Amino acid sequence: MSRPVAKDARNLALILLFMPFALWILLLIVLPHIGMFVLSLKEKVAPRVYEYGFDNYINFAQEPIYWNTLLRTGTVSLLVTFLALLIGFPVAYYIAKIAGKRTKGALFLLCLIPLWVSDLIRAFGWILLLRETGVISSALQASGIINTPIEMLYNDATVVMGLVYTVVLFMIVPLVSTLDGMNDEMIEAGYNLGGNGFTVLRRIIIPYAMPGIVAGCIVVFMLSAGSYLTPILLGGKNSSWFTEQIYDQFISRYNWESGAAFGFVLLLFTSIVVWLGLKLSGQTLSSTVAKS
Amino acid sequence: MNTSNTVSDLACSQISKCFGSVQAVDSVSFDIPPGSFFSILGPSGCGKTTLMRMIAGFESPDNGDIHIKGSSVLRIPPNRRNVKMVFQHLALFPMMNVYDNIAYGLRCNGSSRSDINKKVHEVLERIALPDVANREIHQLSGGQKQRIAIARCMVLDPDVLLLDEPLGALDLKLREAMKIELKLLQHQFNTTFVYITHDQSEALVMSDHVAVMNEGRFEQIGTPQNLYHHPKSAFVAGFVGDSNQWSGKVIERTSESITVACGAGFDAQSFATDMTSAGIGDHASVYVRPEHIQVELANTDPTVRVNTVNSIVGHIDSLLFNGANSRVLVRDQLGELIEADITLTGSHDDPKPGDAVTLSWAPARSLCF
Ligand SMILES: Nc1ncnc2c1ncn2[C@@H]1O[C@H](COP(=O)(O)OP(=O)(O)OP(=O)(O)O)[C@@H](O)[C@H]1O
Ligand SMILES: [Mg+2]
Repeated sequence: MSRPVAKDARNLALILLFMPFALWILLLIVLPHIGMFVLSLKEKVAPRVYEYGFDNYINFAQEPIYWNTLLRTGTVSLLVTFLALLIGFPVAYYIAKIAGKRTKGALFLLCLIPLWVSDLIRAFGWILLLRETGVISSALQASGIINTPIEMLYNDATVVMGLVYTVVLFMIVPLVSTLDGMNDEMIEAGYNLGGNGFTVLRRIIIPYAMPGIVAGCIVVFMLSAGSYLTPILLGGKNSSWFTEQIYDQFISRYNWESGAAFGFVLLLFTSIVVWLGLKLSGQTLSSTVAKS
Repeated sequence: MNTSNTVSDLACSQISKCFGSVQAVDSVSFDIPPGSFFSILGPSGCGKTTLMRMIAGFESPDNGDIHIKGSSVLRIPPNRRNVKMVFQHLALFPMMNVYDNIAYGLRCNGSSRSDINKKVHEVLERIALPDVANREIHQLSGGQKQRIAIARCMVLDPDVLLLDEPLGALDLKLREAMKIELKLLQHQFNTTFVYITHDQSEALVMSDHVAVMNEGRFEQIGTPQNLYHHPKSAFVAGFVGDSNQWSGKVIERTSESITVACGAGFDAQSFATDMTSAGIGDHASVYVRPEHIQVELANTDPTVRVNTVNSIVGHIDSLLFNGANSRVLVRDQLGELIEADITLTGSHDDPKPGDAVTLSWAPARSLCF
């Protein structure tokens, strides 16, 4: 008698535990997306008259400025991902493998500190530094290196730098955790068997860290392609970021149907890029993101 | 040709290493003849791994020199030394399969593709695992991993193979099997093996020569028999093989013998050796191996039952039956336990717990330090 009761109680506990999670997924992710998808298939033929069809998507495909923006967003995000990996890997390697026990914790914490400040504040920080009347420009003027103020905002390099700065953490964290799990013996074995530093890096450390690398790249790419604040604030109005187009459709043109379609195009596009990345690196989603 | 036979594969002279205030290795010297199985035996933390890492080049000694095949390797980086190492946890590369693991070293030294293929299959043949080339590492058993780790080194034809407690992670049964297997592999490859262990039975069974290490120093180097029968220090006597140990004061010393009044209430006489410098009144320790103690069922008359020189009376506390290696634990009059080997025949007159016994041994069979 008592066993089924206990089992029911356990099931109930499980259901209750999962409830917030399930609700979160359902209410904040699944439902809005279904709504958005339905919305994206609607088109206005006359005031208050709608028809269903793929016209919003066709519009997107026919307007080069839209898909050029999308491609640009994609390429710049790939560049950001690559730079974040290039910067993040040595940092993660240092934290995980070279730093001593105590410094390790401190360094890791130091890396996380920027996360305590909001995106917006960080972007404004950059603006303070880089604008025409900003810290760097004034300092250069004061020291006599330049004589007219220079504007360092509103160009692609600044956008890329700002994005790398915001996302590099999300590269470092999974990399540190995979590299941390790597036994030092393995690296020493790599040398002992005759490998030089480069061989050990290429044949042992990188393949071992691959799940972490791919996980970091996916997260960083998604964050970068979907970011809004940094490109707008550092790149200005003509930074041509795809999220800006979506915002435009929703807010400026009040064309929700088209905005929803754009949102789906972005989702599809980033998913395809991630899928291609996984295929090329021979990893699966479960061996990378799910693991770390 | 003649000289190359006499040059030892590995020789260390006076090497030392400090970590801060810890003297991990303290002026260790040794010389390993070619093709032998050399073990370094010592308790945990005595500096064995440190010594091995210096030979492999991962640490540099503070003092002293290391010679491989006659030439100093101190200035040679780890990846250029022809010393390969089997790590404590094997350190097989999990992202490569067996073939790539073994081929890694060959690829590093730039062998041709066909050469690599040939050598990998040859070495797999030799370790009797010809069909595992395409397996992933996690698909191997513990003993197979062990052999792959050795093959990965041996395929490079090293001058010396270092093994750092490679059996430590295996379960007891597999360890027993691997002991014999390692010895056979060493014979087959005919390469010098330097084997680190804290397990004295591993060292005794497998090695041609054993060095006993304690607190960074080598206490004694010798053949297993030599270490077992003629230990040169108290540490070696206590660490290698089982021993009963008593301590007390020297009460008599002649040119042939030394007599110690043990705290346990009896006198122990040993033959004097060069190692015992103790004079009358000095503190000394006496070691007697269980197999050298004779156990006799005692006369029940209590008046006759007293301790004499090299003889203790007591009662059997328990029998540890293990076939031919059976033992008794005898409790003496002060309540201390003494181990002695006995033969249990399974008949009625076998000793039983509670029986009164007399233990005795010959002076030549006890050691005094
Ligand atoms: N990198 C290091 N820094 C500081 N101290 C160290 C370092 N490596 C080893 N030691 C110290 O040196 C001593 C010898 O260590 P070692 O690792 O050589 O012992 P071991 O004989 O291999 O022991 P075990 O059998 O437990 O592996 C120990 O006291 C250890 O704490
Ligand atoms: Mg060790």
